[in-house]
Amino acid sequence: MHDKTVAELSSALASGQVSSVELTQHFLDRIRQDDSRYNAFITVTEEAALKDARAADERRQQGDVTPWTGIPFAHKDLFCTNGVRTTCGSKMLENFVPPYDATVTSKLREAGAVCLGKTNMDEFAMGSSTESSYFGATTNPWGERRVPGGSSGGSAAAVAARLVPAATATDTGGSIRQPAALCGITGLKPTYGRISRYGMVAFASSLDQAGTMTRTAQDSAMMLNVMAGHDPKDSTSIDRAVPDYTAELDQPLKGLRIGLPREYFTAQLSAAMEQTVRNAIAEYEKLGATVQEISLPHANLAIAAYYVIAPAECSANLSRFDGARYGYRCDNPKDLLDMYTRTRAEGFGSEVKRRILVGTYALSAGYYDAYYLKAQKVRRLIQQDFIEAFGQVDIIMSPTSPSPAFVQGEKTNDPVTMYLEDIFTISTNLAGLPAMSVPAGMMDGLPVGLQMIGDYFSEARLLNAAHQFQQVTDWHQMTPAR
Amino acid sequence: MAISRNDIEKVALLARIKVDDDQVTALEKDLGNILDLVDQLKSADTSQTEPMAHPLDAVQRLRPDVVTESNQREAFQAIAPATENGLYLVPRVIE
Amino acid sequence: MQWDVVIGLEIHVQLATKTKIFSGSSTAYGAEPNTQASAVDLAMPGTLPVPNEQAFRYAVMFGLAVNAEIARRSVFERKNYFYPDLPKGYQTTQLERPIVGPGHVDIELADGSQKRVRIHHAHLEEDAGKSLHEDFHGMTGIDLNRAGTPLIEVVTEPDMRSSEEAVAFARKLHGLVTSLGICDGNMSEGSLRFDVNVSVRPKGQEALGTRTETKNLNSFRFMEQAIHQEVERQIDILEDGGTILQETRLYNGDTNVSRSMRSKEEANDYRYFPCPDLLPVDIDEAFIEDARSRLPELPDARKQRFMEQYGLNDYDAALLSNEAKLSAFFEDTVRHGKDAKLAANWIQGEFSARLNAEDKQVAESPISTEQLGGLVIRIADQTISSAGAKKVFEALWSGEAGSADEVIEAKGLKQVSDTGELEKLVDQVLAEMPEQIAQYQEADEKKRKKLMGGFMGPLMKASKGQGNPKLFNEILQRKLGG
Repeated sequence: MHDKTVAELSSALASGQVSSVELTQHFLDRIRQDDSRYNAFITVTEEAALKDARAADERRQQGDVTPWTGIPFAHKDLFCTNGVRTTCGSKMLENFVPPYDATVTSKLREAGAVCLGKTNMDEFAMGSSTESSYFGATTNPWGERRVPGGSSGGSAAAVAARLVPAATATDTGGSIRQPAALCGITGLKPTYGRISRYGMVAFASSLDQAGTMTRTAQDSAMMLNVMAGHDPKDSTSIDRAVPDYTAELDQPLKGLRIGLPREYFTAQLSAAMEQTVRNAIAEYEKLGATVQEISLPHANLAIAAYYVIAPAECSANLSRFDGARYGYRCDNPKDLLDMYTRTRAEGFGSEVKRRILVGTYALSAGYYDAYYLKAQKVRRLIQQDFIEAFGQVDIIMSPTSPSPAFVQGEKTNDPVTMYLEDIFTISTNLAGLPAMSVPAGMMDGLPVGLQMIGDYFSEARLLNAAHQFQQVTDWHQMTPAR
Repeated sequence: MAISRNDIEKVALLARIKVDDDQVTALEKDLGNILDLVDQLKSADTSQTEPMAHPLDAVQRLRPDVVTESNQREAFQAIAPATENGLYLVPRVIE
Repeated sequence: MQWDVVIGLEIHVQLATKTKIFSGSSTAYGAEPNTQASAVDLAMPGTLPVPNEQAFRYAVMFGLAVNAEIARRSVFERKNYFYPDLPKGYQTTQLERPIVGPGHVDIELADGSQKRVRIHHAHLEEDAGKSLHEDFHGMTGIDLNRAGTPLIEVVTEPDMRSSEEAVAFARKLHGLVTSLGICDGNMSEGSLRFDVNVSVRPKGQEALGTRTETKNLNSFRFMEQAIHQEVERQIDILEDGGTILQETRLYNGDTNVSRSMRSKEEANDYRYFPCPDLLPVDIDEAFIEDARSRLPELPDARKQRFMEQYGLNDYDAALLSNEAKLSAFFEDTVRHGKDAKLAANWIQGEFSARLNAEDKQVAESPISTEQLGGLVIRIADQTISSAGAKKVFEALWSGEAGSADEVIEAKGLKQVSDTGELEKLVDQVLAEMPEQIAQYQEADEKKRKKLMGGFMGPLMKASKGQGNPKLFNEILQRKLGG
């Protein structure tokens, strides 16, 4: 049962082959048995899940069904869940139980999906390995001591290990695509503004975007159908009709124009990685796509721009964690300044603090123009590169990450090395474009992801391309050995 | 670009994060490395470029002036570190 | 040495919207602490701001009223600092692109001259909450009901040269925002708060001296005192060879002493940057025209009308036209009492004096326009003397009776204007004063005027205070020989 996709489970529920309670119990059992190995979950909500499953079964009897009614899934632990603690992987929010739902949370709830718990993540979504979580690192199901990527490593590992058929996630610089690649699953980061950010704890507001972690592109399309849409509570969400993302999955790819950025296929890319990705692209050619080289001249500046903009925004976004109204407060503060400085020193981990300090510095008097304003300008140059490229091609393809899953601890001592993990993914966040990672091969027994970047609001096209690829390949079917 | 001890202490105070003396050296190195990475920005010619604050060129929608929120003090203060008589309590503010 | 005083003002105007600037919480004054603080106002994780249309409408109305340019695009920025009454750790405000651009206001000075004060700009921002420093076991209590209340901050050029000019401007601004209906003008509740920038320079010097900012003056009287005090302080320092520190000062109205707020000085670096949770706000022609159509009659236009319609002089018209409520009270009184000049005199005299003495607003007046109008009628038709009128006013103010006529009746204040009756009294009194008559008849014109009073006293006594003094005077003159 746990090897089935959401689409298959949805049919099984519809035909009465299985009930939501049975399905939910089955996945809860798997979590209980296996998660000690992966640490993919921070919180498992067994009781609430079974209650929701019973409600879903009742809804079904009354004929009130959506494709998601009764389907188990998990939330990355930065989507606020009314009555269920939402930690963001931080000591700061270890005991934070929000009295409200994120919009994404309520949309999935209304669709009848059954949340089994909250998945592990890099603290405040800052990281590429899920090692900075206050609740311990998550392990990649594909290899002992291997990282699952990050920051949505818990969601990726949970889907890869078949602990849930789908999970929510967020992507600020690659946090959906890179863990999806490293765990051998399908990850989608939609266009900025496609999914509401309300109730999603912010890291960098102009870059953060919610998305999906599933096994297949079809499931991803189904999930986006529920999550997408304008939200009056999020000023940056886009008021634009939501199509049925499953409608175009079966379109043939003949004539699809694929662009390969020459700045991504350089000598620095390992030969094995390049070969794996080129093999995948060859499959697309067989499906009727054409391939051409393109240029993204400012691609090499994406990381630099990102590591000004994201820390700057985060330095302000995380000021609210001050010990005054919720969350962690240090013991016996002797005055207000002491409360602030110790609460934040003790409540945040080292990577979060590093980024707050960098962001504070970049915005401070005398540096604003050289750092923040300059980065915003470079951001536009990066966007213009993409706009130009999409005049020539429909989808840009590249590796999702420079290498497959690395060993835990390998990059934790050097922040900059860790940042380079996101070298292929970060520029799409700066531009706000939609992108996916799909399983596209194996290297040394570890999954490799193919990144596909589309033009604004071209999610349906991306999902179509990913789905067609998954009809002729079986990388997405591969299961990590237990 | 190097960042000085003094800069780190100043920024840490602005960010209200206590940094112990023994952490400053490590931060000097880490922040210095990050700033070196970021300094690549200098190579870009942005003389003709407008800064970009948002990925999408959209404008703000405005909300009608209608009360939509009700009193939820009890729920909010149930998760507060310290409250009394409906007020959030913090250590005394000295001006 | 002779010194020039230079004053600029920053005025925080609380907008009279029903809800906050970024949330749907009520802004009603006086609610129980934190009962009007929603998840957004408390800066709960993941919550997002959505701006209030009415706040923009009010800001645009203000801009039109001060002859200012309305920005077609304005941008919110974050001003970063930690304080317990600021839940997000930043204030959302406008810096580079405020909604209202340069404008001006003309003020009337006591000598009858006019002066133009330039408005540098006005921007929209959110108010902070309140810190209550009473003893909570040595802690401070925070009430966030006020947090997020919309403000416009009006910033003037340093165009004022004395406390009189500053207060005249402040009164004019108060009259303007209350006439517009965009602010309730209640200064004791903090609806309008003045920060005063003061500097001095040797007479004739072009360059401005170093200025200080005195914050949160919440009455015109305190503002006047604080400026006097600060000007003296600065001149004393300079004449002793000292220098002025650019600093923020806090004025205590009760003790008439100001002191430096050193804590505010400590390395202020607000690290402004555009708020990524909000998009640029575009105001189109239709919005501006709609706002324009909502503009009521403003004080300057009202003043002109009062002069034309009621024949008031410039000074009276200016005083009665500034505050919409007082203007309405005046016009209503005229409707009931007919005689506009008498009504104007009474409202500016007795009525305003009593309001001030009892610290009451026009709306709280115990005397109605109908009552005051009734009194005016009886003064005009000479039913009562001016002494009698004062008694009637007192009685109405204290609520002893329902109308002027009732008081006149009950207290027997009706003047005797029957000339036959009065002549009899004059004859009786004169019969007993032969010496004074002789004296009078020998005196010159100037002396006669004085001596006339000697007859009036006994006459009023003989008529038990009810004789019409004007008629007595006429009869006397006739009898004594002109």
